[in-house]
Amino acid sequence: MRRVPLNISFAKHTLANGLDVLLHEDHSCPIAAVNVWYHVGSKNERPGHTGFAHLFEHLMFEGSQHHDRGYFHPLQGAGATLNGSTNADRTNYWEVVPSNALELALWMESDRMGFLLPALTEAKFENQRHVVLNERRQNYENRPYGLAAMAILAALYRPDHPYHWTTIGEIADLEAVRLEEAHAFFRRFYHPANASLAIAGDIDAAGALAMAEACFGGIEAGEPVPPVRAEASLEGEVRLLLFDRIELPRLYLAWLSPAMFAEGDADLDLATDLLANGKTSRLYRRLVFDERLAADVSAAQNSREIGGFVQVTATAAPGRTLPELERVIVEEIARLAADGPTDAEIERGRVQAESQFVYRLQTVGGFGGKSDQLNAYNVFTGDPSYFDRDLARYQAVTAASIRRTVSRSLVRGGRVTLSVVPRDRGDLAMPGSSPADVS
Amino acid sequence: MTVDRSRLPEPGPARPFAFPPLRKSTLPNGLRVWSIRHGVVPVVSLMLLVRRGSAVDPAGREGLAAMTADMLDEGSGARSAIDIHEALARIGAQFDTDIGADATLVSLTTLSRAVDRGIELLADMVARPALRDDDFARVRQLRLHRLAQMRDSPPAVAERTFVRLLYGAHPYGHTPAGCERALTSMEAGDVRAFHTSAIRPSVSTLVAVGDCDHLEVERIAATAFDGWTGDDPPAPPDRAAPLPSPARLNIVPRPGAPQSELRIGHVGAARHTPDYHALVVGNIVLGGQFVSRLNLNLRERRGFTYGARTSFDFRRMPGPFSVQVGVQTKATAAAIEESIREIADLRGPRPITSDELALGIAAVTRGYARSFETAEQIARAVVQLALYDLPDDYFAEFVPRIERITADEVTQAMARHTDPARLTVLVVGDLDAVGDDLPALELGDPVVLSADAF
Repeated sequence: MRRVPLNISFAKHTLANGLDVLLHEDHSCPIAAVNVWYHVGSKNERPGHTGFAHLFEHLMFEGSQHHDRGYFHPLQGAGATLNGSTNADRTNYWEVVPSNALELALWMESDRMGFLLPALTEAKFENQRHVVLNERRQNYENRPYGLAAMAILAALYRPDHPYHWTTIGEIADLEAVRLEEAHAFFRRFYHPANASLAIAGDIDAAGALAMAEACFGGIEAGEPVPPVRAEASLEGEVRLLLFDRIELPRLYLAWLSPAMFAEGDADLDLATDLLANGKTSRLYRRLVFDERLAADVSAAQNSREIGGFVQVTATAAPGRTLPELERVIVEEIARLAADGPTDAEIERGRVQAESQFVYRLQTVGGFGGKSDQLNAYNVFTGDPSYFDRDLARYQAVTAASIRRTVSRSLVRGGRVTLSVVPRDRGDLAMPGSSPADVS
Repeated sequence: MTVDRSRLPEPGPARPFAFPPLRKSTLPNGLRVWSIRHGVVPVVSLMLLVRRGSAVDPAGREGLAAMTADMLDEGSGARSAIDIHEALARIGAQFDTDIGADATLVSLTTLSRAVDRGIELLADMVARPALRDDDFARVRQLRLHRLAQMRDSPPAVAERTFVRLLYGAHPYGHTPAGCERALTSMEAGDVRAFHTSAIRPSVSTLVAVGDCDHLEVERIAATAFDGWTGDDPPAPPDRAAPLPSPARLNIVPRPGAPQSELRIGHVGAARHTPDYHALVVGNIVLGGQFVSRLNLNLRERRGFTYGARTSFDFRRMPGPFSVQVGVQTKATAAAIEESIREIADLRGPRPITSDELALGIAAVTRGYARSFETAEQIARAVVQLALYDLPDDYFAEFVPRIERITADEVTQAMARHTDPARLTVLVVGDLDAVGDDLPALELGDPVVLSADAF
C-alpha cells in the first residue's frame, strides 16, 4: 500500500522582539489561517485567583486601542470565522479569512497583542465577568455530571499544584477579581516573547512574513516567563462522591500519568483506546456488549505540559451498581498490565494513529488545524517540525511498553475514585466515599 | 516598515473560488452515485444518504428510523457488530450515522487507499444488515438508557419538548430519539420491516469526495451494492398535517437550576421557500452570528448568557424557527421579553439597516470558500443537493443570489415567516425562582410540563 508523506512543511522566523512566526503554504482553498498561542493558561494562576486566564481570553475580544468597537465586527464583515480557547497550559486565538483579508487579521491580532489595555474599561470587565459566570453555569453547574472534573482534579493534585483547579475557576474568585489584575496579567504574559504566531494556507510566505513584521515587529518585547514546575504524587485510593440532578450513577477512576510527549504518554494514549474507545475496545465489549452492566464507557490519557492523568468513565445501566463496574474495569486493567495487548490490537492502534495524523492535515485553520498544530509543537517542544516525531512515538509503541506503562500508572499508581449519584442516593456510591467539596 | 494603525487594512481583490465539478451516475438498482475529485489529502469521505428519516416513523413507533440506523453497524451476514468495527478499525475509518427528520446519513471517512473496503463496508451495513433479535434487544436497551440521560440535560429536554409543543402529532412532532413508550413496545420485526420498506436504493445517494476516481467508485459501488433492490418506499408526508395551537408559555421545572434553558419560536419555513436566501441573511442579523442583534443584546450588553442564537431549521416541510439560549435564572423573564422584542423589531419597527445588510451579506458570501476546504465538508454540501433536490449549479449561484438581496426583501421575508403573536415560549428551569416574574410577560398562565411527558 502507498504510504503518504506525513508532515507540515513550514518556515520559522523569530522577530527581534522574540515573536516566533511560522509560515505554511497550502493553496488548495483560497483561505488563510492566523493562529496565535500565548504560553499561559490556568496553571499560571494562583489559589484564590483561579479562572483568570480564561476570563482574560474573553477580554481580548472586546476591542483594542486602534479598533475599539468590538473584535468580531470587521473580521466577520471580511468573511472571517474566529474564536479562542483557554486550557491549563495555553491560550489560543485564531481567524480563518479569505486570503485577501490576511493583513486585516494580522492587524487585529497585533493590535490586541500590543494595545489592549488602553481600551479595557471597567464596563467591559464587568460584562465579561457575567458572561463567564454564565458560561460556568451552562457548561458545569447546569450540565449533568458537570462538576465531576473539578472534584477529580482537586483530588489528584494538592491545593498548591497548578492543576488542582479547573480552567473555568471558582465562583468566589471570579466574583472577587478586579480590573487591575488584568493589567498585571497582560504585561506579564501577553507579549511577543511569550507568544507564537502561525500563518497557514493560501499565502505567499515572504509576503506574509513582511506583513507579520510590519504588524507585530513594533510591539515591545517582554520578560520571558519562567516555566511552571510542580511535582505531583498520589498514594493509595481517594474515594469521593458527588450528588447531581441525574438518574444514572456514574463512576470515574483517575490516575496521575506522564506529561505530554513524555515516556509512556503515547503508550497510555493507545492503551486507553484499546480499553474503552469504540465497540472493539475491551471495556465496551465486556461492560456494554456482553455483561450489559453499563450504559457507556470511555477512557482517555489527558496529556498536559507538566503532568497527565488517565480517566476511565462508566455510567451504570439501570439496576446495576458502581462496584460491579469498578470490578470489571480493574480486572481488565490488570489483565492488560499482565498479558499486554494482542498483536492485532497493536496493529489496529498503529493504523488508527496513522489515519488520525492524515486526517489532521485536512484543515489549515481553527482548533486542531495545521496552524494550531505548528504552534502546539513550537510552544511545547520548541520544534514546529515535531509532527513526524510525534507520529513516530505511536509507531514505536510495543506490547511490552504498554504492559510496563499500564502497570506503573494504572495498577501501582494511586487512584481517585469518584461516584456521581442522584440526590439523596448516597447509598449508590462506592462504599466508603466522602462528599467532594465543589460547587 | 510599520503598519498604519489609523485605519483598518482594506481586503484586496478576492481570489476566485469555484465549487469543484460533480460527476453523477445511477446504478441499475436506482442508487445514485455522485462524486467529486478533491485530491489535496489522501482521504476519501463517503456518505450514504437515504431520504427517509424520523418523519416517517409510524405512529406509536416514534424512534424507529433512528433505531434502524443504529442497528446498521450491529452486524452483517454472519459477522457480528464487533467484526464490523474490527474491519472499520483496520482501515482507520471514522464512522458515523446521523438521523434527522428527513433523512438518514451514514458516513465513513478513510484513507483513499482503502476506498474499496470503505464502500464495501458501507454496503454491508446499509444494504445487508443482520438486524438480529438479540442485537436489537441490546441496542434498544442502550437507547432507553440514553433517553434517561437526556432527561437530565436541559438542552435535550428543551429540544424534545419544544418540537412536541410546536408540532403535536405532525411527523415533525418528535425528535429522532423517539420516546420511552414507543421504544419499549418496539420489536425487532419493526426494524426489519422498516429497513425493507424505507432503506431502499431508489431513495438513496452514495456520495464520494476525495482522492478518488468517479468510474472506480461507480465500479466498486456496483459490485458492493449489487442485490440491494426493492420497491419504492412509501412517500414521506408531503403536506403539513394539522398543527396544534400550543400555550404561549410553558415550563419544565428543574428545581434549583442556575440557568433557564429557553426556546422561543414557532413553525418556520421549508427548505424550498422562495424566501430562503432572504431568511438566511435575516437570521444572520437577528441571531445567526456573534455580532447579531440578539447575542449582542443578551450577552454583550446585559451579561445574561454565554451565548444566544436563532435559527430557521430548513427542512423538506416547514421546520422550526427558534431562539436557543441558556440564561441566568434571575434574568429569565427579561431574556424572554428581549428575545420577543428583537424578533418583532426586525420585521418592521427597527428594520435591517444598510450596514447590517452589508455585514450580513459579507459574512455569508466572503467566507464562502472555507465551507469547502475538506473532503467531508464538500461531501456534506453534495448531500444537501441530493436531499433537497437542488440544481447542480446551486453553489455557484449561491453567492450572486445572496449579493442581490435587498433590505426590503429581508424585512418582508422576516415579516412573512416570523410572528411575535404566535411565538411559543418554553422554559426549562427553576419554576419557584422564575414563576413570579412570568405574569408580567402577558403570555398567559404558564403550562407546567414534565421532562418525560413526551
